[in-house]
Amino acid sequence: MYQSTLAQLSTALESGQISSAELTRLYLARCHKFNNSLNCFITLNEELALQQAKYADKQRMAGNATPLTGIPVAQKDIFCTNGIKTSCGSKMLDNFIAPYDATIIERMNAAGLIILGKTNMDEFAMGSSNETSFYGPVKNPWDKNHVPGGSSGGSASAVAARLCPAATGTDTGGSIRQPASFCGVTGLKPTYGRVSRYGMIAFASSLDQAGPMTQTAEDAALMMNVIAGFDQRDSTSAAHPVDDYTAGLNDSVAGLRIGLPTQYFGEGLDSDIAKLIEDGIKELEKLGATCREIELPNTALSIPAYYVVAPAECSSNLSRFDGVRFGYRCEDPKDMSDLYLRSRGEGFGKEVKRRIMIGTYVLSAGYYEAYYLKAQRVRHLISDEFQTAFNDIDVIASPTTTAAAFKLNEKINDPISMYFSDIYTVSANLAGLPAISIPAGFVKQLPVGMQLIGNYFTESRLLNIAHQYQKMTDWHQQVPREFQ
Amino acid sequence: MAWETVIGLEVHSRLATKSKIFSGAATAYGADPNTQACAVDLGLPGVLPVLNEQAVLMAIKFGLAINAVIPERSIFSRKNYFYPDLPKGYQISQFELPIVSKGRIDIQLEDGTTKMIGITRAHLEEDAGKSMHTGFGDQTGIDLNRAGIPLLEIVSEPDMRNAKEAVAYMKKIHALVRYLEICDGNMQEGSLRCDVNVSVRPQDQKALGTRTELKNINSFRFVEQAINIEIERQIDIIENGGEIIQETRLYDSVKNETRSMRSKEEANDYRYFPDPDLLPVQIKPDLIAKIRNELPELPNAKKQRFMTEFRLSNYDSGVLTAQKEMADYFEVCVATAAGEAKLSANWITGELYAALNKENKDITESPVSAELLGGMIKRIKDGTLSGKMAKQVFAGMWNGEGDADAIIASKGLQQVTDTNAIEKLVDDVIANSQAQVEQYQNSKPDKQSKLIGYFVGQAMKQSKGTANPQQVNDSLQKKLNR
Amino acid sequence: MSINKAEVQKIAWLARLGIDEQDIATYSEELSTILDLLERMDAVDTDDISPISHPLDLTTRLRVDAVTEQNQRDQFQQNAPQTEAGCYLVPKVIE
Repeated sequence: MYQSTLAQLSTALESGQISSAELTRLYLARCHKFNNSLNCFITLNEELALQQAKYADKQRMAGNATPLTGIPVAQKDIFCTNGIKTSCGSKMLDNFIAPYDATIIERMNAAGLIILGKTNMDEFAMGSSNETSFYGPVKNPWDKNHVPGGSSGGSASAVAARLCPAATGTDTGGSIRQPASFCGVTGLKPTYGRVSRYGMIAFASSLDQAGPMTQTAEDAALMMNVIAGFDQRDSTSAAHPVDDYTAGLNDSVAGLRIGLPTQYFGEGLDSDIAKLIEDGIKELEKLGATCREIELPNTALSIPAYYVVAPAECSSNLSRFDGVRFGYRCEDPKDMSDLYLRSRGEGFGKEVKRRIMIGTYVLSAGYYEAYYLKAQRVRHLISDEFQTAFNDIDVIASPTTTAAAFKLNEKINDPISMYFSDIYTVSANLAGLPAISIPAGFVKQLPVGMQLIGNYFTESRLLNIAHQYQKMTDWHQQVPREFQ
Repeated sequence: MAWETVIGLEVHSRLATKSKIFSGAATAYGADPNTQACAVDLGLPGVLPVLNEQAVLMAIKFGLAINAVIPERSIFSRKNYFYPDLPKGYQISQFELPIVSKGRIDIQLEDGTTKMIGITRAHLEEDAGKSMHTGFGDQTGIDLNRAGIPLLEIVSEPDMRNAKEAVAYMKKIHALVRYLEICDGNMQEGSLRCDVNVSVRPQDQKALGTRTELKNINSFRFVEQAINIEIERQIDIIENGGEIIQETRLYDSVKNETRSMRSKEEANDYRYFPDPDLLPVQIKPDLIAKIRNELPELPNAKKQRFMTEFRLSNYDSGVLTAQKEMADYFEVCVATAAGEAKLSANWITGELYAALNKENKDITESPVSAELLGGMIKRIKDGTLSGKMAKQVFAGMWNGEGDADAIIASKGLQQVTDTNAIEKLVDDVIANSQAQVEQYQNSKPDKQSKLIGYFVGQAMKQSKGTANPQQVNDSLQKKLNR
Repeated sequence: MSINKAEVQKIAWLARLGIDEQDIATYSEELSTILDLLERMDAVDTDDISPISHPLDLTTRLRVDAVTEQNQRDQFQQNAPQTEAGCYLVPKVIE
């Protein structure tokens, strides 16, 4: 049962084969058994989850079930969950019990989903390895000497080890797709504005987007049906009509025009990964898709542009963590300056401080034009390049990462090298485009993902292509031996 | 040496919306601490701002009232600084593309001339909370009820040359926002407050002197006092060979002095950038046209109308239109008083004004409503009341004794205009004042006009003030000059 | 561009981040390296292209002016380090 997808669990619950309470206990037992070795949960929501499960069972009996009612999922600890600790992976919020639900949580609660627990993550979502978490690094279930990726590493690891059937993640520069790739799961970053950001602790407001991390594209579609949509509490939320994301899963991909950006297959890409992605694309060609090379000339500039925009926004977004109204406050502050300096100095970890400093610098007098405005111009350029490309193609295919999961501690003291692990993912955030990573094979026993990037609001199409691909392959069904 | 003063004002006007600029929390004044601070106002992790439509409409209204340019696109920016009553560590404000740019306001100077003051811009922003430094021992208490209340910051050009002009300007803004019903104008509660930029320069110098900023002044009187004392201070420093430091200063009204606020000065670098949580505001021309059509009559237009429609003097019209409620009062009063405009104006600017002043009341708090006053003036006009009796009636109305007719009845104040009764009264007076009659009849006409006052006085006394003085006078003249 | 120690201290103060004296040199090095990375943007001429602060060129929706929030002070203040009489407390702020 624990290896089941959301779609399968939905059927099992509907047929009465298992109750939500039983299912929730089953996953809680797996969490207890494996969380020590993986560290993918910060909080297990045992008591409340069981209450929710019992309520879900009643709702099902009463005929009020949605397709996902009664299924336990894990929530990244970046989403505010009313009455449950919401730490964002930081000492700063170690004592923070959110007094409200994020919109995405509200929607999942309303659909009857169970909150199994809150998953570990890089502190304030700043990291690509899950090593910046105050709660210690998450391990990659495929090899515990390796990182699961980040920042949604806890969610990716938990889904990969089947400690939960699905989880939520957030993606600011690749934080859903890169860990999905490293852990062998399916991860979708929707179009900017498709999923409400209300209640999702902001890292970089113009880049952040929440999305599903699941075993299959079909499951991602099921979750998108719950979480996507307009929210009046988020000014940047899109009013664009919402699809039924499962409706088109079985559409044909014949005639699909795939673009392969030469910049995503060049220097720096692991040759084994290149081979796997080529194989993956061949599968799509077998279904009638056609491929052509395209150019996204300024791809290399996406990293510097991103590392201006994201820190700039984060430096301001994180000013509210000041030790006055919530969160960490230092011991015995002698005056207000001391309270600020020590609460923030002690409450934030190294990488967060580094980014706040960079962000503060690029916004400060005399540098704003040269860094911040320049980056926003480059961003415009990158965004335009995608639009030009989409004149001739429907979707872009590429590797999700340049290499498979790296080792713990391998890059933690080399921020630049860490930053470059996002090279294939950050452009989609800068341009606000939807992108998905799906398992595409293994390199030295570690999974790698293939990324598909679509034009605005084409999540349905991406899920359709991914689903068709997953019907032809079984990479997404692999479970690391230790967790079988 | 002769010095010229240069003054610019930044007026913060609290917009009278029901809810806050970026949240659905209430804005009512005087609530218990932090009971009107919702998750968004507190800057809790994960919350997001959503702009209040009414705040935008109010800002546009103001812009149109000062003939300003309303750009089609406006954006909100973050002003980053740390202060315990600033919950997010930044204030959502406007930097580039404010909602109102380039306008003008005319002010009346004491000599009756008009001066134009340029408005650089007006922008929307959120208010901060309140820090309370007393009552918490060696700590400061933070109340965030005020955090997120919409403010319109109105920035003038440095066009004013003395404290009186600055006060006239501030008063004009006060009148405007009340006319537009976008701000309650309550200065004691901080609904309208200003920062004043002051500098001095030698009379013949073009370049501006170094300015200081006087923070958070919330009364007209303090604006005048603070500016004057600061001008004195600056001139004094320069004349003694010193230099003015550009800084923020606080006006202490108790000591009547300004002093440096060094704590606010340290390395201000606000790092403005467009707020990524908010998209640009688009203001369509048809919205502007709609608001323009719905604009109320503004002070200048109303004043002109009062002069032509009611034939009032420039002065009276100015006084009556300085405050919208005063103008409304006047118009209701005139309507009730069957069009008696001049008399209404006299009573409002005279008796009523004095009574209000004495009890420190605003026109809106007047115990005598416009209808009551109008009703009384109608009785003056139809001859029921003499001016003197009217004063008694007014006092009665002020004390809540009812309307003019009720008071006239209860006090027996009806003026006697019956010719026979007056004739009889006059005959009685003449009969009882033979000596005075003789004196009168032996005097020259110019002396006579003085002496007649005695007989009128007697007649009024005898009738307990109810006789119509004009009729008494006429009758006396007739009988004595026989 | 390199960031010297004084600049590190200035930025840390603007951001109200207390950093240890002995870490300043490390910050200075790391931030300088990162700035070098950021300056790679100079390779492209962007004079004719406007800056964008959002991926999608949209304008904001406006909220109807209505009170929708109730008093939740007690619940909110459960997360507060220190409160008294409904106020959040901080060390005395000198004006």
